[in-house]
Amino acid sequence: MSAEAMKMLAIAISIAVGAIGPGLGIGMIGSKAVEALGRNPEAESQIRTTMILALAFAEAIAIYALVVALILKFT
Amino acid sequence: MPKISIKAEPIFHLFGFTITNSFFTSFFVFLITVFISVYFYQQSKKIGKKNGFYYFIKFFIKSIYQLFYSVFGEKTSIFFPILFTLFFYIILQNWFGLMPGIGSILIKTTEGLETITVPLFRGNNADLNTTLALALIAFFSIQFYSIKYLGIGGYLKKFFNFANPIVFFIGILDIVSEVSKILSFSFRLFGNIFAGEVLMTIVAFLIPFLASFPFLMLEIFVGFVQALVFSMLTAVFISGAIEVHH
Repeated sequence: MSAEAMKMLAIAISIAVGAIGPGLGIGMIGSKAVEALGRNPEAESQIRTTMILALAFAEAIAIYALVVALILKFT
Repeated sequence: MPKISIKAEPIFHLFGFTITNSFFTSFFVFLITVFISVYFYQQSKKIGKKNGFYYFIKFFIKSIYQLFYSVFGEKTSIFFPILFTLFFYIILQNWFGLMPGIGSILIKTTEGLETITVPLFRGNNADLNTTLALALIAFFSIQFYSIKYLGIGGYLKKFFNFANPIVFFIGILDIVSEVSKILSFSFRLFGNIFAGEVLMTIVAFLIPFLASFPFLMLEIFVGFVQALVFSMLTAVFISGAIEVHH
């Protein structure tokens, strides 16, 4: 396998594996937020703020993987 | 494939300083920020009827204030200036990067001996130096408020506590987690905005007609959320850093 092909494979694996965890996490955050909203709908604004914060934390992991993949690809 | 550069390119030199395209863009954002601030201040001093723009900005500030009120409570007015400045500057930068012409106007520059074409404008938060600077501001303001509220002794006691081995080890872990805040702040903002730019470039390359419109809407939303997350995380970290431990 040539070095170029190996590099392409490394890019693909880094973003693919890096997206699994955050994907699961974001799904869990969303489902729990909807559950909480169903239990007490009057706390909607607080739940939304906390949810967006937690989403940003989970998403940041995927973004790290993306940054690594982009650096590998474009340098 | 369109050429994508991960770092900002130099466009010209001024008195020995290299001016990159992202710095050039940030200068315009800076002017807009100053203009809006001065205009808002002058309008607020005016007696009688004010125009719609004033009330729009005021509504905006008030909604953000209420958001931070849920974190700080009575102390909000102490921390609100720095948090809102961070929020306002980041959101203007993110949205200015989506303007038509940013990244698409090309100019010729010489690098060494060869002539290359580089974009004249580049979204400022798509440059790691900018987000690192913003992250350092956030990081040092967290440490500053922590020292101000706990005193220098209380601040150091958080990290160096020799009461028993477990507390000592937790203190070392706390130092690592403090330093990693810089990394996570800067990478989160840079990654989101840069990924957005790459996404828009690729989509416009694949389907040149109308297809990038939904992605543009997504990027406007992402720009807002990232500005909110940056300032909100700073707020949460400050509120955690100023409370007294037992």
